[in-house]
Amino acid sequence: MATEFPLPPVLTYYPSSSSTPPSLITQGAEGRLYKSTHLASSRPCALKYRPPKPYRHPILDARLTKARIQAEAKVLDRCCREGVPVPAVYAMDAAAGWMMLEWIEGQPVRAGINVWLGARPETDEAIDAANDAHQTPLINLMERIGTVVGALHLTGIIHGDLTTSNMMLQPWKTTHTSQQQTNGEEAAAKEAAVQGDVVLIDFGLATTSSSDEDRAVDLYVLERAFASTHPRAEKLFEHVLEAYGKTFKKAPSVLVKLADVRMRGRKRSMLG
Amino acid sequence: MAAPIPKNKRRRIALGCEGSANKLGIGVIAHDAVTGEPTVLSNVRHTFVSPPGTGFLPKDTAAHHRSFFVRVAKQALADAGISISEIDCICYTRGPGMGGPLTSVAIGARTLSLLWGNIPLVGVNHCVGHIEMGRAITGAQNPVVLYVSGGNTQVIAYAEQRYRIFGEALDIAVGNCLDRFARTLEISNDPAPGYNIEQLARRGQTLLDLPYAVKGMDCSFSGILTRADELAAQMKKELSQGKETFTPADLCFTLQETVFAMLVEITERAMAHVGSNQVLIVGGVGCNERLQEMMCAMAAERGGSVYATDERFCIDNGIMIAHAGLLAYETGFQTPLDESTCTQRFRTDEVFVKWRN
Repeated sequence: MATEFPLPPVLTYYPSSSSTPPSLITQGAEGRLYKSTHLASSRPCALKYRPPKPYRHPILDARLTKARIQAEAKVLDRCCREGVPVPAVYAMDAAAGWMMLEWIEGQPVRAGINVWLGARPETDEAIDAANDAHQTPLINLMERIGTVVGALHLTGIIHGDLTTSNMMLQPWKTTHTSQQQTNGEEAAAKEAAVQGDVVLIDFGLATTSSSDEDRAVDLYVLERAFASTHPRAEKLFEHVLEAYGKTFKKAPSVLVKLADVRMRGRKRSMLG
Repeated sequence: MAAPIPKNKRRRIALGCEGSANKLGIGVIAHDAVTGEPTVLSNVRHTFVSPPGTGFLPKDTAAHHRSFFVRVAKQALADAGISISEIDCICYTRGPGMGGPLTSVAIGARTLSLLWGNIPLVGVNHCVGHIEMGRAITGAQNPVVLYVSGGNTQVIAYAEQRYRIFGEALDIAVGNCLDRFARTLEISNDPAPGYNIEQLARRGQTLLDLPYAVKGMDCSFSGILTRADELAAQMKKELSQGKETFTPADLCFTLQETVFAMLVEITERAMAHVGSNQVLIVGGVGCNERLQEMMCAMAAERGGSVYATDERFCIDNGIMIAHAGLLAYETGFQTPLDESTCTQRFRTDEVFVKWRN
């Protein structure tokens, strides 16, 4: 897959890429992500490239690509200044459709949660008791997600596409183990999968807003994405909201609005 | 659990009745008792078409379904060449859809059931009907499904016994947006407003500026319709002053390019999210060749493939209800007569998909 596409022009002339050949990491819905280096070969970076979409009318495509790169860079810059954990922007060319970002180590939250859930013996059962003691590491992760989303919203930014694929788990320098060592290697690996700092990525659909409505819709997108990606852990989502509610003054009113959003229109059956 | 198969019975047969919108469709399907292989025996449809500039109202549509039910049912039976005693179950659309038309068809289905000696009834979710029929016809194994019609816009993926909705329209459905714009331009509703917009759009050349409203995996169409209506009004005004900066064809072209780009985009997001490279397009708007073409361009780039059906199965029909109903019936599901209601709101993810694993 990594050799299927021609490299975006920037990676064929960007001087720092000569020391480390760029590699295609993933083809997301929005574009392709390459790993390369910036300025020094010891400084890894992510190059986000939005190729022209062959299905889209060229005028519409150019308009959307430029606007989205610009908006994304702006939002990331603002998050960085406000201390929200996101990758820093190193360089960009909006019209050419690329942006060079800080490289975030680790795996997506989605993968971490799946490792955690997959390792559970009772695979067919939904996690029921929200305060299930065995779930503590996952619950802690959920709380960290809530806190980070809260910090994002406090800066007046709406992510627009919150999913567990759009959050990275940046490994801690030292591992925190809450369980006894007797649990063995498998349990430790399982626990490590849900450890790390949550870093938000992919701000391609981010907007600026401080309204309860927009914040609530942002949470709702995450809630539904979570329920469809991790149906068995659906019940644990309340921990995200709980932690979110403690992050800033207006957060509780966002949660009230979220209840409205859930009930609204065609989103929901009107029965029962 | 499953209904016992008599030794001499090689196939199961279901009759499906659909009428959630302006199409009344009745069809007969057979499943091989051993392999489950579906065979379409008949697929009859009669559409209520309203005059240009108007939409189909629930009351008139219900009256249409009532007056044509017997005719369409007789035709479906005759085409299938089966006797009534061979029918295992009668399937009908439980929802979602327009109340009046749904009720009319549910009454028709109940009547047939009682008339023919208490043949079991099976209430079917309309959206699940589309998905199952699309899978059966195209052979797509586990695709991301884009369900686009006059009443529904959903991006669906199967996970753990449910068709889960990843993205959907936040306000009006994409087909409703197109249908209503056809009314603004007073384009004919025969055979379908969307079809005529598609034909007109082929002649469009100028891409105008319309809002582009994707929110995560959801999208919104009402603002786009409002803007398109404004542009249409501007066009009429200019025309009366003898000017022409853009034509109805340009408007249709722009509208299609914009809303379909949105649909393809959210489908691509869902594919990337679930890691699938198959797309199945179902629903009336799924017949649109421009949408199919755009979807193919997207899928080709991802190394995937698009599965689409033609108007016989894309547009609402009885056969899809029969097929999905029979799948449920084979797992032991039945709808008792006194519970054979219908409902305007019935979400795709409410259905427990017992027949898949």
